Parts: sequence; structure tokens; C-alpha cells
Amino acid sequence: MSEPVLEISGVAYAYPDGHQALFGVDLHVHRGEKIALLGPNGAGKTTLVLHINGILLPGAGSVRITGMEVKTENLKQIRSKVGVVFQDPDDQLFMPTVRDDVAFGPNNMGITGEELDDRVNQALTAVGMQAFADRAPQHLSFGQRRRVAIATVLAMQPEILVLDEPSSNLDPAARREIAEILNELDITMLMVTHDLPYALELCQRSVILSAGTIVADRNTYDLLADEELIKQHRLELPFGFKLDPSLAKK
Amino acid sequence: MLLFVLLVVLTPLGNWWLFITYLLIIFTVILIAKLPPLTVIRRMVIEVPFVIFAVLMPFFSAGPYVSVLGMQLSEAGLTAGIGLLFKGTIGVLSSITLASTTPMREVLSGLSRLKVPNMLVEIAAFMVRYVDVVVDEMRRMRIARQSRGYFETGIRSWPVIAKAAGALFIRAYERGERVHLAMLSRGYQGKMPSYQIAIATNQQWLVGMILPISAVVVLILGWRIS
Repeated sequence: MSEPVLEISGVAYAYPDGHQALFGVDLHVHRGEKIALLGPNGAGKTTLVLHINGILLPGAGSVRITGMEVKTENLKQIRSKVGVVFQDPDDQLFMPTVRDDVAFGPNNMGITGEELDDRVNQALTAVGMQAFADRAPQHLSFGQRRRVAIATVLAMQPEILVLDEPSSNLDPAARREIAEILNELDITMLMVTHDLPYALELCQRSVILSAGTIVADRNTYDLLADEELIKQHRLELPFGFKLDPSLAKK
Repeated sequence: MLLFVLLVVLTPLGNWWLFITYLLIIFTVILIAKLPPLTVIRRMVIEVPFVIFAVLMPFFSAGPYVSVLGMQLSEAGLTAGIGLLFKGTIGVLSSITLASTTPMREVLSGLSRLKVPNMLVEIAAFMVRYVDVVVDEMRRMRIARQSRGYFETGIRSWPVIAKAAGALFIRAYERGERVHLAMLSRGYQGKMPSYQIAIATNQQWLVGMILPISAVVVLILGWRIS
């Protein structure tokens, strides 16, 4: 098999206050895969995400992106390979206009001029926001801001796109629109979520992170069908939701 | 605009008709810019504390007294008060004119081209971006308080408001940290991309200099005459 885009092996991490969040996490993601990272609140999902682009460095074990180890010396390359979309778009969008914000990442990578404009336009087109390029982020709706937040990361043309709760706080239509955008993208993706139907819709494979370790890693349909397993880790399908068996062999 | 305000502030007190001319100049600019008068008046509310201070000055200053409408007022205080009133009003009017005619982004890029330190420009940019977010957060916290049956009543509600302000400060601080993380994730290394905008043309410079130049003219004329 080809070299994994993301290779997490034996990662353990304790916060400076002594609280240990991760206890040896192993996860491989291959090119083109779309994977859901499921888990209850406090399982360490966000901590794990911050390891993928080297905001946090593992206390033990290692994280590799397309073979390159995440460590202080090569953070610059790592950050251009890993695109993280944070949960609150207001944390991510801080420039005076949408265009400036989308240009921020590639600009940090040293891209300027026409290529920068191209990247900004491509990224905004991919999320259907090109008409809003010159607007201020604070004047957009929440769903639109989430789309721009995704564009800010796409403009960096990362090897892997990491999304923290992409469906949170959205109305049903905006939730569906984001799903359509994510489905269209030809990119390796790791999506952190509690939204199990969303995982089923977008990801072939899912893993459950619980109490700082990976406790399950399989086809999303099979995983969600295992009621005992998901219940054990504080995950539940929404009320009235029944798995459609025709989705089983996707 | 800044130059204009500087010149106004540097004009010696006592030459009242000079200040009236300045006021006329700025009113003309506001007229030309077609700013809605109501908006301008609403925004001038910020000057109220200064007005109160200016009105009080003649009553509390020492020195030779003059009698105005049967009241004994300090002459020095009167001069300083009227001067403060004029200078304050002209300053506030100028700022309002700038803020209502120029998009924030251009003000910021202008500041950075005028060699204002980048750090200050960036702080101003972040403030503009996040003031809405913080005000919104404050509003939500207030609604949440009220929803639990809390009413703000005079001085007795101050401790609660102080605690809420503390919580808001911590939330703003934490948001600052998250914003910083998100910036790092996109490869931020301590230097913002410059706000690129076309360099001002000579014509724009000329238009921009009209206010300061007219102030200089007024100042020189006033000096020659007196």
C-alpha cells in the first residue's frame, strides 16, 4: 500500500497541568480517504487534531504527514500540508475582508501575485462564496462564515483537510450545503464530529476515540450498526433515525 | 484629517473667529460628503463627557472673575472651557467624517503607508474585526442573566456586572488564544501580509490635503490680522 498521508503512531500527551488526554493513539489515513473521528466530549478529539499540525507535540509516539515527522524544525511545511478548519468560524476569520482572509494562509507560505489571486478564487469557488470576496466576515451568516473558513484552508492546497465539527450550529439547509461541498472535494479528509448521520453521509470509514485511545476503526455503516459499541462510548443515533441497509456496502 | 486636527489644536485660544472658520470648513466637508445629519449627531454623543467638563471649567477655575448673566465666572476657566468645546467638537466632527467616508480597510492600509508601526495597525485591525463578536457575546450573556430573572437596578447590580465583565474578559482572552492557534495553523510566523492597496495618486493627495491647507490659510490670515 502507498505511504499514508497521515500516520499517527503511539501518540500520548499530557497537558502541562498534568491532565493526560491521549494514551497511545494509532491511526493511518491513506490518500483520498474520508474518515470520521467520532467520540464523546472530552475524549481527546481536539487534542488529537492539534497534534496533526504540530500546535501540540506528542509526549510519546509520532505523527507523520506524507512521511514527514511533525516536529519543531519542519512546522512550516507541516502547516502547509495540513489544513485545519476550527469549529468556530469567528476564531478563524479575522481579516477585514473575505478575500484577505483566504489569502492569509497561502501568503504565509510565500505565495503572492497572480498565483495568490488564482488560489483565492479557486478556493472561494469551491465553497460557492466567490460573490462575497470583498465583504467583511462579520457581515456574513454563520453558514457562509463556515464556508469561508473552509476556503481559507483549501487555498493552502493541503494534503489533508481536518475539520472540527463541520455541521455544528448550522440550520438543516446550511448543513446539507456544507455536506455537498465536502463531498465534491477531491481531498483526503479527517472529520471530527458527534453528528453520526453526517459521518455516514460523508465518510466511508470511521474511528471512535474514547478516553484517549482509538477503540474502533471500521466501515462507518458497520460501526454505527453496532449499537452496543457506540452506546458504550456515549454515542447515539438521533431519535427516530434508522440505518438504511441499502447504505451498507458503500 | 490628522494634520487638520493638529493645526486646530495648535491654534491659540482667544481667536474665536478662527475656530468658527474651522467649524465652517468641516461642516462644508460634511455637506459635500452628504453624510446623514442624524447619524453625525448620534455619533457625536461620545463628546458629552468633554462638554460637561468644559461647562464646569469656568465655575471651578481660579483667577480674575468676570460676570456673565449675573454669575461670577473665572475668566481663565471660561477661555479654556470654550476652547475645549471648540477643539473637541472639531476633532470629533473630523473623526466622524473620516470614519463615515472611508472604509475601515483603507483607513488601516493608509495608516500602515503613513509608517504607523505595524503592530499598532494590526491591533486596530483586530479590534475592528472582533468588537462586534465581543459586543454580541456581551449581549448574549446579558440576555442569559435576564432570562434567569435578574434585573439591573442601580448600584446594587454593580457586583454582578463586574463579575460578568470579568467573565467576558476571560472569554475574549480565550478567543484571542484560539484565533492565534487558528493563525498558526495557517502558517502564521509573526508577520502579517501587508494590506496591499494602490498607492495614492497625486490627485488623491491633493484632495486629502485640502483640509489641512485651508486650516493653514485660516491660521496665517488670523495671525497677520491680529
